[in-house]
Amino acid sequence: MATPMLELRDLTVSFGGLTAVDKLNLEVGENEIVSLIGPNGAGKTTVLNLITGVQKPDSGDIFLGGESVVGLAPHKITQRGIARTFQSLRLFLNMTVKENVMAAQYGHTRATIVEQMLQLPRARREEREINAFAEEKLAFFGERLMGYRWDQPAYSLSYANRRRLEIARATATRPRVLLLDEPAAGMNPVETHEIAELIGKLRTEGGFTILLIEHDMHVVESISDRVVALDHGVKIAEGTFEQVATDPRVVEAYLGTKAAATK
Amino acid sequence: MADAPTPPGSQPATSPQIGVDEWVKRSGERITGPGGIVGGSLRLATRTPPAVLLALFVGLACVIPVLTSNGYVIGVDADTMLYVLLAVGLNVAVGWAGLLDLGYVAFYGFAAYFYAELSSAHYNLHWPTWQSVPLVVAATILLGFVLALPSRRLSGDYLAIVTLFFLEIFNNFTSNGYAWDWLGFGAKHDITGGPTGINNVDPFRVFGHKLTNSPTDYVWVAAAGFTVVAILFAFVNKSRTGRAWRALREDQLAAEVMGIPVKWLMLLAVAVGAGVAGFAGAVNGAYYQGVFPDTFMFPLLITIYAMVILGGAGSLGGVVFGAVVVNVLLEILRTPYQARWVFYAAVLIGILAKVRPWRLLAAFLVATAAFGVIVNEIVGALWARGVAGPIAVGPTSYAKTGFFATLLRHWMVLPAKTYTDANYAYGNYAFVLAIVLVLASTVVTGWRRWALLVPTLWVAAFAWENTLIEQAPTTRPLLLGVILIVLMATRPAGLFGQTRVEVV
Repeated sequence: MATPMLELRDLTVSFGGLTAVDKLNLEVGENEIVSLIGPNGAGKTTVLNLITGVQKPDSGDIFLGGESVVGLAPHKITQRGIARTFQSLRLFLNMTVKENVMAAQYGHTRATIVEQMLQLPRARREEREINAFAEEKLAFFGERLMGYRWDQPAYSLSYANRRRLEIARATATRPRVLLLDEPAAGMNPVETHEIAELIGKLRTEGGFTILLIEHDMHVVESISDRVVALDHGVKIAEGTFEQVATDPRVVEAYLGTKAAATK
Repeated sequence: MADAPTPPGSQPATSPQIGVDEWVKRSGERITGPGGIVGGSLRLATRTPPAVLLALFVGLACVIPVLTSNGYVIGVDADTMLYVLLAVGLNVAVGWAGLLDLGYVAFYGFAAYFYAELSSAHYNLHWPTWQSVPLVVAATILLGFVLALPSRRLSGDYLAIVTLFFLEIFNNFTSNGYAWDWLGFGAKHDITGGPTGINNVDPFRVFGHKLTNSPTDYVWVAAAGFTVVAILFAFVNKSRTGRAWRALREDQLAAEVMGIPVKWLMLLAVAVGAGVAGFAGAVNGAYYQGVFPDTFMFPLLITIYAMVILGGAGSLGGVVFGAVVVNVLLEILRTPYQARWVFYAAVLIGILAKVRPWRLLAAFLVATAAFGVIVNEIVGALWARGVAGPIAVGPTSYAKTGFFATLLRHWMVLPAKTYTDANYAYGNYAFVLAIVLVLASTVVTGWRRWALLVPTLWVAAFAWENTLIEQAPTTRPLLLGVILIVLMATRPAGLFGQTRVEVV
């Protein structure tokens, strides 16, 4: 088997006495969409925080394309090729839509501050490049983030458009692996459907490998190649959506033992 | 025949229909913004190209010494240009990167002292300006990095406390550094000159031309420095570093996760700002031909912060405007008869701008005038000396002429010999009473508040005439504070600052 794009090996972290993630093993192959599900507090977002370096694991290892990224600063990990969105939106609210996307390309520009002060050729050329790249990334979302919206502050966007902008900003860091933390949270059914299509498009057209946290089972069912279920930081099931959804331990984790018994 | 109703869809092409995307797109055209003279000048200032504004501002600063021979005015011009430089430097960390850096003045002081040591008899060094100033600026940038290094993991209140601590260390060092004992070897070194500072510092020598100690030369030096700094900073602000600073101001964690090295950018923001303070410090040392520890203390920091906040943190033009307004205002408040104009004009403009409808405005003005006149008559009837004080306006001290003076004499109460005997007791009581009345007026509502505001205004004016006007050192920061409070209540983002939205 080829080297997986993203691999977690025996990943463990505890907060005080609570083991939030316990010896988690997870592989995401290239161009694959894997969904991470589990009840609230199962440790899903903690896994994302560990992968992006926001939190440091107690033990275990994380490999991106075969190289360990554990212990690197978050911005280094992002520059290696892992980008994420946040469950509670964390846009640069008082910057314009286009600036949000351009800011995320900091790691792909090299002009020093002196070159910027004097507007030397490299600074000007890079600025043109990231401007064009940002417009390209925003065009991915159709008309939603185009035209006049480029120069509007991010706080003026609707909730659904802010979620789209978060994804656009994450893709602007030129990642190989995209981590999406509940992209459909708070969306109405039509928007949820659109987001599901969009994630599929991110894989086929964008070529990203995607690890997704999602509570909406319609989204999970429609786009996932594989599903991994977590409970109390432990992987309790893995496989196709049908396999995981019917797994008694998953049903138990979501609904409790009594419901599992009656089923 | 009656006019047929306008069929839908026949509206002129210039007004898109409500609800369509085009309507949203052109929402900017329907936003009117602040009206009146203030709004008009704000719009004019934001529409004029930055290069034109820069040329106008620097041109004005440089032309003042040519137009007037009044040394005081030119001195204020030079001071203002120094403050402008300082405010622009502080804006990098505070306005752009959102770091509450309270150690900024230490960079200014360090540069002034370093320049003085390189250019005086203190160490018997007399470096040429083209060598000393670049070295001072480079050393200050380095100091910025070094001081920011231990605080790079901090933000918000913690960063403020740590940087303030650096400023206090610097102040202690300059005040006491005249008998420095290296590692306890016993030999005492005089590094900073102690409380008296370093005197007889060389002026700048530019292209073989030795500058005099006249402020005119330093207006030009500071203006030239500001022009360079403003252009460089405007470019940085629209480049990757400026954008990254704004990103980390908005959300440090998100910035870090988007590939921005947040800690490095924090160091960079502090160091770049320190560089400007370094240049200003060297100019300070040369201009005043000496450096003194009392200059670089907390009050100066507060003044520069006031400039940045008033102008609008984050806006380059705004902080320049703030620096000019605050410094000129502080100078005007130095002289009592000028300060009186500022006080009454500010109160009157505030009333005219905020009290609506006009019937209430008229009633309020009449009531306030009547209240004062009645009090004046009663006091005059009971105690003739009580109204015999020398209230007046005019450049000749307390000349009792002019319409405004007559008006004020019949409205205000000022006991005889208040100023000559320095008897400020009544004024001090009135000051406390005015604060109590202001607090009381925030509790009551409706007509009672308006009724209460009439005596409040009068009592405040009484405190002003009976004590504050004669005590400029106390009054200046007090008035500055009041102006800032009023401004923050009406425009929280400062005059030219972009109103920031935290959570929506």
